[in-house]
Amino acid sequence: MSTSVGAAPFDPAAEAARATDAILRDTLHGAHRGVVVDSPPGAGKSTLVVRAARELAAAGRPLMVVAQTNAQVDDLVLRLAEKDPELPVGRLHSSDSDPYDKALDELPNVRKSAKAGDLVGLDVVVSTAAKWGHVKGVEPWRHAIVDEAYQMRSDALLAVAGLFERALFVGDPGQLDPFAIAEAEQWAGLAYDPSASAVTTLLAHNPELPQHRLPVSWRLPASAAPLVSDAFYPYTPFRSGTGPGDRVLNFGVPSDGSGPDRVIDEAAVSGWGLLELPARHTPRTDPEAVRAVALVVRRLLDRGGVATSERSGEPVPLTADRVAVGTAHRDQAAAVRAALASLGVVDVTVDTANRLQGREFDVTVVLHPLSGRPDATAFHLETGRLCVLASRHRHACIVVCRAGVDALLDDHPSTEPVQLGVTVKFPDGWEANHAVLARLAEHRVRWRP
Amino acid sequence: MSLIDDLARLEATAGGRARPRATVRHRHLSERPLVFVPLTTAGEAGAPLGALIGTERTSPRLLTVPQPRDRDLRFAFLSRLAEILLPYVESYESDVEAAERTEADPETGKRVKVEVELCADAPQLIVPSRAGIEFVRLLGRSMRFRRTAEQDPDAPYPAPPRVPLLGRWLTHFGERSRVPGSSLLLAMTDLLSRHWATGQSSLEEQHLGALLAWIEAPEGVSGADAALRAELARDADGQLLCPPAGPATDPAFDNQLLAPAIERYDRARAALAAAADGVEADGLLASLAAAEREIDALVESRTRPTWDAVWRGLDALCTLPEAPGAVDRWRGDRWSFTGHRDRVAAGEPPQPRVDDAVTAANKLGTREREQARLDAQEALDDPLVMAGRRLAGEAFAGEVTDVVMAYSEGRSPRPRPLVTVCTDDRPHLDAGVKVYRSLEGKPQAAQFVTYDTEGGVVLRVLDKMGRGKEAEPGSVPEVGDRVCWTLFEHDQRGGPRLPDPEDTPWTHGGPPEEVGVTVGSGGGGGDSGGGARGEPPGGGGPGELPDPVTSEDIL
Repeated sequence: MSTSVGAAPFDPAAEAARATDAILRDTLHGAHRGVVVDSPPGAGKSTLVVRAARELAAAGRPLMVVAQTNAQVDDLVLRLAEKDPELPVGRLHSSDSDPYDKALDELPNVRKSAKAGDLVGLDVVVSTAAKWGHVKGVEPWRHAIVDEAYQMRSDALLAVAGLFERALFVGDPGQLDPFAIAEAEQWAGLAYDPSASAVTTLLAHNPELPQHRLPVSWRLPASAAPLVSDAFYPYTPFRSGTGPGDRVLNFGVPSDGSGPDRVIDEAAVSGWGLLELPARHTPRTDPEAVRAVALVVRRLLDRGGVATSERSGEPVPLTADRVAVGTAHRDQAAAVRAALASLGVVDVTVDTANRLQGREFDVTVVLHPLSGRPDATAFHLETGRLCVLASRHRHACIVVCRAGVDALLDDHPSTEPVQLGVTVKFPDGWEANHAVLARLAEHRVRWRP
Repeated sequence: MSLIDDLARLEATAGGRARPRATVRHRHLSERPLVFVPLTTAGEAGAPLGALIGTERTSPRLLTVPQPRDRDLRFAFLSRLAEILLPYVESYESDVEAAERTEADPETGKRVKVEVELCADAPQLIVPSRAGIEFVRLLGRSMRFRRTAEQDPDAPYPAPPRVPLLGRWLTHFGERSRVPGSSLLLAMTDLLSRHWATGQSSLEEQHLGALLAWIEAPEGVSGADAALRAELARDADGQLLCPPAGPATDPAFDNQLLAPAIERYDRARAALAAAADGVEADGLLASLAAAEREIDALVESRTRPTWDAVWRGLDALCTLPEAPGAVDRWRGDRWSFTGHRDRVAAGEPPQPRVDDAVTAANKLGTREREQARLDAQEALDDPLVMAGRRLAGEAFAGEVTDVVMAYSEGRSPRPRPLVTVCTDDRPHLDAGVKVYRSLEGKPQAAQFVTYDTEGGVVLRVLDKMGRGKEAEPGSVPEVGDRVCWTLFEHDQRGGPRLPDPEDTPWTHGGPPEEVGVTVGSGGGGGDSGGGARGEPPGGGGPGELPDPVTSEDIL
């Protein structure tokens, strides 16, 4: 795909439409068995999946949809039903108790079953990769859509690939790679390394498959898209769908001059804010940093924030459900939740990067993965982790961090062993972390709690 | 590293002695393990220098290669190794018990139970350190594709008769050791650091001498000092007092002692080859034998301390009672051993050089399930391990303060009692999270409902209460009971059934080419498939011929 550079102004809607048309053309009429779509954060991946599913169904090609988590499956089914209430959709679920979102019971054309055989003949059948992996003895579907394919492991694709003839693979290459909890090093460099991502294996064996990408992020504001694009997608840049000034964040209550208030004002103006605490080595659940995160959230809600965006003409109040806190570890999330509860804040999503994947909020508050650490491990340097945390917001992102992370990075250059045959991933986490820090430093508020 | 491990390490550092990380032994130890202390030659990958091996603590067998670059001598070494190791392995092959295994019926394709043999016990190989495990793998790889004169009369350098078989067994041991919780091949440093925490980094813990110094430090002696001495102290000649556990040797030893001895051996051999007559040869033969004995003595002097250290490590481990879960996991090792025994007996080719896509995925899936099972079993077997999980918010223990009988809705209501547990732990409980406790060895599930006003955890018990309308006695906790619930599952579900290798889908490159050329499956190192726990692996990858000889090989 060629991006139009030159005199013509960038028309995000037209660019996105052109990309989508090309994807659908290849999917519906292409000669290849697979089509891969790379989607940066908030580029309308779910919209694309829903549209492709409806068009395939309309063309008389029943299809199966593979997503990675039950929440993603339920979300997809709800979106499908919202767009097309008449479409017969099957929700294949596990035999556990409470296997799907109860909201699906309200939809007349959604049939739910734990047996794939019950759902044969429906236009669209949606389930998780884990559940599809147990489906046996059914006629293969002619078409499949694999959602979040970069978060799916190669061995999971191996288990389901016999169920379809052709497939559309959609995902975000910048987010967290799948991981294995057991030793998988002996297969590193093999085209079908079971611990690699599904797309890596697919393209290693089928390099001729058409690869598309969505060029516009509708989620990220104009202040965030260039940084996220440069730091995490240097070779496949994207633009924001909105321009500077299209998104505005205002607060009714003026700043009280404290660190949290100053960083909120900085982020409201520039889209980024860094609340820097004094350098110190701390345990993972650094009490001062956790409290700082909680205070920022408390003040965000107390100061009567209103968000103006292209979605509605009227400014929308910044409520708890539009704010999220992201951390690297589960115990950090738990500590933040406890701190928020002690400040009387409820209904704010607090979770790890892994669980925030695919979600969207107006403002996010991030506890920097390297804050207070004495070392920088591969886990904390992982590009995808920082990318997820820095790309969940529509308006502003506030990072809470101890000083000295730049020096920490310099002390810990990447030392991962080089594996023959493994494509080196660019940018590496070290590089991406430096890029993000350099940008955040321009919006730094130093604060001693 | 978990918080409780950090604490144990800090305590070890402060107190100067190792601190326990476990109250029971989490790995099965054989009554007759085969201890193997190999040494390798510096700068020559896969060239063994010698080894101490045996099942008797007081009488190890010493094997040496006086000139490690001489391939005939290397084969002689491997041949002698096979003479010791294979009879040990084979001594476990014939004692079998009957067991059941689920297999696909060849005619109907249905999964049916068949009665098969399961070896009553299995061999166990113990090496000093993780590098030793790598060396076992390397030896296995270097031997299993060799051809004996019997297998291939045209082979230019035929291997001694039992060497390829030894390679297959060592490969199997090496591959099995990658399965978490397995015990066919163990490294002593791993065993010790699983059960004790020291004030060292995990890298330093690879030094068996230093690790034992922390564990064995007598009263009044600092483990840190003893470990430093084990790592660094040298005698007047500059040789380490505690030689490294190998297989790599200390450069000072290589340069000052080993290299001159090998040179003397080479000279003696050259002189013997040039001998003019029998009388002269007799004299030279004696000097060659003397040179050989000198190298033997050198190799023994470097391996014997490690040999003794391994046995002292076994002594330390045997002070702990064996965990119930370890017995259970050993059954998996016995299945693995039996499976490979059967593949060898059936005349299948050696394990392929690389796994095919299906075998690799099967192995990874098995390992991940075994890892999760190991983590759960260790916690359930050991209050100290459970304490770590509790500290991490993955489990909680406390006293039952209230039980309210409740029932499920529907036509035939079932008991779903609400149990309140008062705990000081801080588990990561979100709405609807499921928790499990062990009820007579079986997991009972409950669902987190809410916190009560005093901070007690309210749970709804979901199962294991019998079929009746009322819960069976003893199946519901009572007020005053101490209970421990975990947020992790105790049992592992089987993974998805992957396609057969010949049905490998297009996304993974289609069926491997070798299928159909080589009849029969290579078994893929043994621990590939196997659906349910403790079951033997199913099929495996294709066999593969060794790489063709290229011009670079002759260069």
